[in-house]
Amino acid sequence: MILPMKTKYFFLLASVVLLGATGCANVKPWEREHLADYTMRPDRDPLGIAQKEHIWFSREEASGGSGVGGGGCGCN
Amino acid sequence: MNTSLLKKSVLAALLAGTFFTAHAALKVGDTLPDLASFKLEGKLPDNLKGKIVIVDFWASWCLPCAESFPVLDELQKKYGDKLVIIGVNVDEKAPNMDKFLKKHPVSFTVVRDGERKLVAAVSPETMPTSFILDGTGKVRFLHGGFHGETTRKEYLSEIETLLK
Repeated sequence: MILPMKTKYFFLLASVVLLGATGCANVKPWEREHLADYTMRPDRDPLGIAQKEHIWFSREEASGGSGVGGGGCGCN
Repeated sequence: MNTSLLKKSVLAALLAGTFFTAHAALKVGDTLPDLASFKLEGKLPDNLKGKIVIVDFWASWCLPCAESFPVLDELQKKYGDKLVIIGVNVDEKAPNMDKFLKKHPVSFTVVRDGERKLVAAVSPETMPTSFILDGTGKVRFLHGGFHGETTRKEYLSEIETLLK
């Protein structure tokens, strides 16, 4: 099958655009100032967390599983 | 089936994608870029040729950086003129650096890479990262992070090796 030139360019352009669209923003190690901030800590408000956990447990009959990795300064 | 051009195009796009996402980190054996060519805030030491140089990238928000400062200061005091330590701060705001330095005063040179061009060129994989250079400016040892006494001993051993 011989593809017309226009189609070939379309595929080329589409490939480049798709590759660009896949980009995830990687925060560089020296740009983690805001991630390292105290307000980004999931455990900064123990009382609030305890309250949420209690509601979660009593309403949903579930506990734990809160908080995800990825924050913090990522040092060392 | 004439799909070779299409295959080549896709391959080229993939390679281009790889090129644009990859960043070359400075590694052992490389030469550190000329510090004077970057607009660093602060005064750099005049002549580094023939001296052992530690270039340490740090930030005020990085806890291991705070742990590393007394050790780097100890090394500077121990080796005097034989060793030049340059702390390169990468804080977004200069007052954060000043506040940190008031809390952790040191005797070695500290400059600030406010534009973050040097750190981007060197591309350290973690904070802090220190490069130990020989007299020719070549990276001989690299430390990613600071791990207390282990790193301190490594620094001492590596400096002694370079002094021989």
